[in-house]
Amino acid sequence: MLELHDITAGYGSGAPVVRNATLALAPGESVGLLGPSGCGKSTLARVAALLHRPDSGTVTLDGEPVRGWRYRASRSRRTAFGVVFQQPRLSADPRLRLTDLIAEPLRATGRRHEIAPRLTELAASVGLTPDLLNRRPHEVSDGQLQRACLARALVLRPRWLICDEMTAMLDASTTAALVAAVEDYRTATGAGLLAVGHDQVLLDRWCDRTVRWASLTAAGAGK
Amino acid sequence: MTDPTPVLSVRGLSVRFLMPGGRRVAAVTDAYFDVAAGECLALIGESGCGKSVLASALLGLLPANAQGAGEARLGDLDLLAADERTMARTVRGRLIGLIPQSPAAHLTPVRTVRSQLEEAVKALTDIRGRAALRSAAEAAADRAAFPVGHLDRHPHELSGGLAQRAATALALVGDAPLLLADEPTTGLDRDLVDHTVDELRRHVDTGRCALLMITHDLAAAERIADRVAVMYAGQIVELTDATAFFGTSGPRHPYSRGLLQALPDRAFAPIPGMPPELGDLPEGCAFAPRCERATAACTALPQSADGIVCHHPHVPEDLRA
Repeated sequence: MLELHDITAGYGSGAPVVRNATLALAPGESVGLLGPSGCGKSTLARVAALLHRPDSGTVTLDGEPVRGWRYRASRSRRTAFGVVFQQPRLSADPRLRLTDLIAEPLRATGRRHEIAPRLTELAASVGLTPDLLNRRPHEVSDGQLQRACLARALVLRPRWLICDEMTAMLDASTTAALVAAVEDYRTATGAGLLAVGHDQVLLDRWCDRTVRWASLTAAGAGK
Repeated sequence: MTDPTPVLSVRGLSVRFLMPGGRRVAAVTDAYFDVAAGECLALIGESGCGKSVLASALLGLLPANAQGAGEARLGDLDLLAADERTMARTVRGRLIGLIPQSPAAHLTPVRTVRSQLEEAVKALTDIRGRAALRSAAEAAADRAAFPVGHLDRHPHELSGGLAQRAATALALVGDAPLLLADEPTTGLDRDLVDHTVDELRRHVDTGRCALLMITHDLAAAERIADRVAVMYAGQIVELTDATAFFGTSGPRHPYSRGLLQALPDRAFAPIPGMPPELGDLPEGCAFAPRCERATAACTALPQSADGIVCHHPHVPEDLRA
């Protein structure tokens, strides 16, 4: 269970980007969060993934309130989440080969021995060929790099997946392939999903339920 | 729709990149198409299929290691043969207006929209004098539905949709007969996409310009296009009427059908595999390794027939069954 209650979050001293947002995801549930650009949905996704500390409000993971974000969260908490961002170019280290990019979370958590079997398995499920795995980000297309970013998000077998506009940059066929890879993983592991986006047709097709941004804040702020 | 004198006429356009080590990358292969005034042709395909290289070739903006071949006629001028001086002085902005992929990066960040529009008016038209430039810039903003009250803002103060309109206003200043929109809707949300596309359509409907829109967004293409060209691995594999393409009869090339079936409001099924490397294209049909209709015949290069480059296109009889 992942619960966000009355979250207000922002950057610096300016007006908060997210005001009094409340959202709950049942275990294994997939929820699409739909909103226009600039509404704050990405910020809320970062709060949910423990990547951004909210100004106020509570995040509850499996009944336990979250007290630390980013490096202050315990490893078991941090690795419960896999995150895929909108722009693969900005979320991939340009110096790493795709193999190392995908294996990085395993190295960082001292699980090097799992690298070889996990890579073979993941490369097949996201549709990356051995030839592509040896390249660096500038040698592959956006779609291929996003496949690697999805593999990286899945490598630690997270219980929750946060996909922030994962397919906004991609063509229809790659979109369908990535969504299929996410759904295969969820069927196999029962992981929950928060998919953030602005394409209602896509989210309705992909997720168990789609919530609109306005409905998250309406309850709390009484707007 | 079939204007006898197209604005842009592309005949056998090919672009090759020469890479270190003598490798050659076939970015665009033998493209043929026309665009007429009052018409929108949407060039669609996956990222990396060569769409933007084709646009750069038309604007004379290919990097030094590229070789172009074939012909792209804009009036009496062959864009591929023209020298840089001609391209800079008579083509860019004057004969071809470019609507860029990311307007936020295209606009100068340290100057207001007004100052950029006035500069464009001064560079591209004969209008002189402060007051005249000012009103011409305001008229240009108005044509692109950019609110005049926002003219004194800097690009970072604009939303994605307004930045897109500012870039469109700049592209319209020169009254170019050809508008080239390179992924104009990337990163915009659905409402803004619809809005942007409708505005582009409005400019085309004035009958003064032709629009070549490059996009991977099939929904946007469906909304705006009169005709559709589908590009795969550097080649235009299907060139057809948009109504038939998106309508009940559907596309005829197996790749185009796969692309449409990948949409979330259709089958939502990806095309198996990935596109080939442009530097290492398979023998024969480039789509054959991913194609369910492929046979032994597909190891030979298919010839273009009736706008389709395929050995086994879907024929209307198939579709009724």
